[in-house]
Amino acid sequence: MFEIVERQEMAQGTIISNWIKAPKIAAKAKPGQFVILRANDKGERIPLTMADSDPAKGLINIIYMVVGKSTALFKTLQVGQFYQDVIGPLGQPTHLDKVGKVICVGGGTGIAVMHPIARGLKQAGNFVYSVIGSRSKDLLIMEERMKAASDELMICTDDGTYGHHGFVTDKLRETLEKHKDIALAVCIGPVPMMKFCCKVTKEFGVKTLVSLNPIMVDGTGMCGCCRVKIGGQMKFACVDGPEFDGHQVDWDELNLRLRSYLVEEKVSYDQFKAGHGSGKCSCGS
Amino acid sequence: MSEEVKAPKKEKIPRQKMPEQPANVRRHNFEEVPNGYTPELAMKEAERCIQCKDPRCRQGCPVEVEIPAFIAKIKEGDFEGAIRKIWEKNALPAVCGRVCPQEVQCEGMCIMGKKDAPVAIGNLERFAADQQRKHGRDILPPKAAPTGKKVAVVGSGPSGLTVAGDLILKGHDVTVFEALHLPGGVLIYGIPEFRLPKEIVASECHYLERLGGKIEVNSVIGRSETVDELLEHFDVVYLGVGAGLPVFLKIPGEHFIGVYSANEYLTRSNLMKAYDFPNYDTPIVKGKNVATFGGGNVAMDSARTALRLGAEHSYIIYRRSRDELPARGAEVHHAEEEGVEFLFLSNPLRFLGDDATGRLTGVECLKMELGEPDASGRRRPVPIPGSEFQVKIDTAVIAIGAGSNPLLTKSTPGLDLNKWGYIVADPKTGKTMKPRVWAGGDIVTGSATVILAMGAGRLASNSIHDYLTMGW
Ligand SMILES: Cc1cc2nc3c(=O)[nH]c(=O)nc-3n(C[C@H](O)[C@H](O)[C@H](O)COP(=O)(O)OP(=O)(O)OC[C@H]3O[C@@H](n4cnc5c(N)ncnc54)[C@H](O)[C@@H]3O)c2cc1C
Ligand SMILES: Cc1cc2nc3c(=O)[nH]c(=O)nc-3n(C[C@H](O)[C@H](O)[C@H](O)COP(=O)(O)OP(=O)(O)OC[C@H]3O[C@@H](n4cnc5c(N)ncnc54)[C@H](O)[C@@H]3O)c2cc1C
Ligand code: SF4
Ligand code: FES
Repeated sequence: MFEIVERQEMAQGTIISNWIKAPKIAAKAKPGQFVILRANDKGERIPLTMADSDPAKGLINIIYMVVGKSTALFKTLQVGQFYQDVIGPLGQPTHLDKVGKVICVGGGTGIAVMHPIARGLKQAGNFVYSVIGSRSKDLLIMEERMKAASDELMICTDDGTYGHHGFVTDKLRETLEKHKDIALAVCIGPVPMMKFCCKVTKEFGVKTLVSLNPIMVDGTGMCGCCRVKIGGQMKFACVDGPEFDGHQVDWDELNLRLRSYLVEEKVSYDQFKAGHGSGKCSCGS
Repeated sequence: MSEEVKAPKKEKIPRQKMPEQPANVRRHNFEEVPNGYTPELAMKEAERCIQCKDPRCRQGCPVEVEIPAFIAKIKEGDFEGAIRKIWEKNALPAVCGRVCPQEVQCEGMCIMGKKDAPVAIGNLERFAADQQRKHGRDILPPKAAPTGKKVAVVGSGPSGLTVAGDLILKGHDVTVFEALHLPGGVLIYGIPEFRLPKEIVASECHYLERLGGKIEVNSVIGRSETVDELLEHFDVVYLGVGAGLPVFLKIPGEHFIGVYSANEYLTRSNLMKAYDFPNYDTPIVKGKNVATFGGGNVAMDSARTALRLGAEHSYIIYRRSRDELPARGAEVHHAEEEGVEFLFLSNPLRFLGDDATGRLTGVECLKMELGEPDASGRRRPVPIPGSEFQVKIDTAVIAIGAGSNPLLTKSTPGLDLNKWGYIVADPKTGKTMKPRVWAGGDIVTGSATVILAMGAGRLASNSIHDYLTMGW
């Protein structure tokens, strides 16, 4: 059992941050790695990146967007309550080498995944440009933490309520044009965003890392559910990734496979909402 | 030998069948297929054993269970005596009675099988174990005084459980580390409920805990802790991590939605209980037309799971013929009874799918014929040119074998691996090239059987005990 010791709602309750007591995992966690969580006996195994960790206190931080049944169930868990299972750290850590100038692009909850990587790259002695974006000002997360993790922070909103009015790709292109010596880009967010960022960086010939989020089950390379095509080769994102060279990723295949269970996901979420709203459920909130 | 055949002949009792759910009922539910013997049936079957002086059945058993001795106890109605006899050699009889390939082991050797049907040794073993679990006294075997030595067992499949059980009884302090959220290995995530109820696996694991062992689930060794880190806190480490790597067909279209590795399909259904979705949260594609590729136990389990998930057609597509099917006889028989359709001598070429939705719509195969025997002694399938044909399917399950998962081995310097990535260990002791590290089961032999994994565990536990008590 893994206790929640701190909980915060962000982006108008659509994104939740939990600090969870998991000393063994905290001692090992590196930027880019993830954990798999299950709320209870009947729960699905849900992969979430560790946005931060505190080995001294034995804590890990997850930040997730509420998109379906399992994340909605996670949202009901309050401080002092428990996740039944937390497994990790899983996946390969990011290589935080000094390459000079880097640009980090994060969209939506991808910002949370990006944060420890940007911070690590800065600590490694790189000059870090960061671009973060969301649909609207209210939905933007972690501005302060990203500011501290970057040398220069740019903000974009789709509706223009804050920062640049437009997509993160605009600022990415602008920065790459201005600073021809940027050696590495890291882009993390929804699949379409990563795909378009990679198109831009490819034009500039800048090596680009992305973090892929295919559907997973075990997270140990046992099932093959998380298979993605990288440069024409089958790779398992849970053990070979989740980070890959963005210019090699078959985005269309990833996008299709993410839609595997659309019908079932709706059934599950609708049932949860019905139970939860009617007071029949025992989640305590 | 001849003397045994001439042993006093009373009335001839036929081999007793276990009552089972009718095929048309069971193909729609996940409950266990055979219900097991009643005490009367078991005692009647036990009478069929002629108590050979030099029992051949025992030679056929990889862990040499005292078969005639336990059967004699059943015959007398001393069921506790029977289970105690079995336990001397086999710690997981409820499991083995259900899943061992008896027809090529004990029963395959049984003298009665020469003229008649062999004694139903597997059914009797299962009976003794079930009887004990359901009605027996709560007995725990005697345990040696604590030695103060600490043992880490990585992986909670049959081989890890065997090592743990043996060493706990010998007084060592044992902790089992398991990557998944439940212990049991393939017994919990792979073999379906209708063949091996999960309650049995849970009770075996619980038994270890009652003996004083610790089981730490959610521990992916190589990630959460490395083997070298374990060696700092433990005197020895046993690696029983299985052959957990899915093998794909490597044909076009394997990315389509609805194409599963058997590991994923069975894990979703068994471990995550997707058959009970949405009561459980994990979904699975409940195909109407399902094809399983392969011919072993894993393929039979997948095809029979598909039926129970509601398939109208569940095909097994296998490149050789029925005679070469490597699955247990009982599984093939049950699959046929339940209506699994076999397409023999067929090899898949490519999956067909809808590029807009990403969903699988069919598979194109090629007909094969049997040629000369290959290295395995089985006749090699050869393609018949121009014999392509298509099958309409919405779900495919690939069950053509497993490989060695590199997660642990790659993070453990000093282990010797063979060319397929399996750990090299001494077949007599389980010792690896790395000091204080033993290994056994599927991660050493490649995919094998429950009883062979347990046998390897037994050899290793003896060797580990020698090392811990005598220092070699
Ligand atoms: C390595 C990795 C790291 C991730 N990190 C984060 C993170 O830090 N923050 C965050 O908000 N999200 C993250 N995700 C995505 C997150 O796992 C999914 O949003 C979550 O599983 C959705 O579950 P649900 O039941 O709430 O929604 P559902 O209704 O089940 O699914 C909504 C969508 O999420 C995806 N999804 C569903 N099940 C899974 C699954 N078992 N594994 C992966 N994706 C799934 C599918 O595309 C689906 O359409 C990560 C995914 C991966 C693989
Ligand atoms: C579907 C199916 C049906 C089968 N049917 C039969 C049958 O009818 N009869 C028969 O005799 N055999 C059968 N087998 C084969 C048999 O189950 C295996 O040979 C046997 O389970 C091997 O035992 P093991 O202990 O070596 O490994 P496993 O049972 O594979 O257990 C290994 C365990 O180690 C864990 N693990 C892996 N890596 C790590 C790590 N890094 N850290 C911690 N834990 C880890 C795994 O999660 C797993 O729980 C079947 C196999 C399958 C898949
Ligand atoms: S089970 Fe068969 S081989 Fe074994 S002792 Fe009885 S009759 Fe002989
Ligand atoms: S999630 Fe099963 S192999 Fe990656």
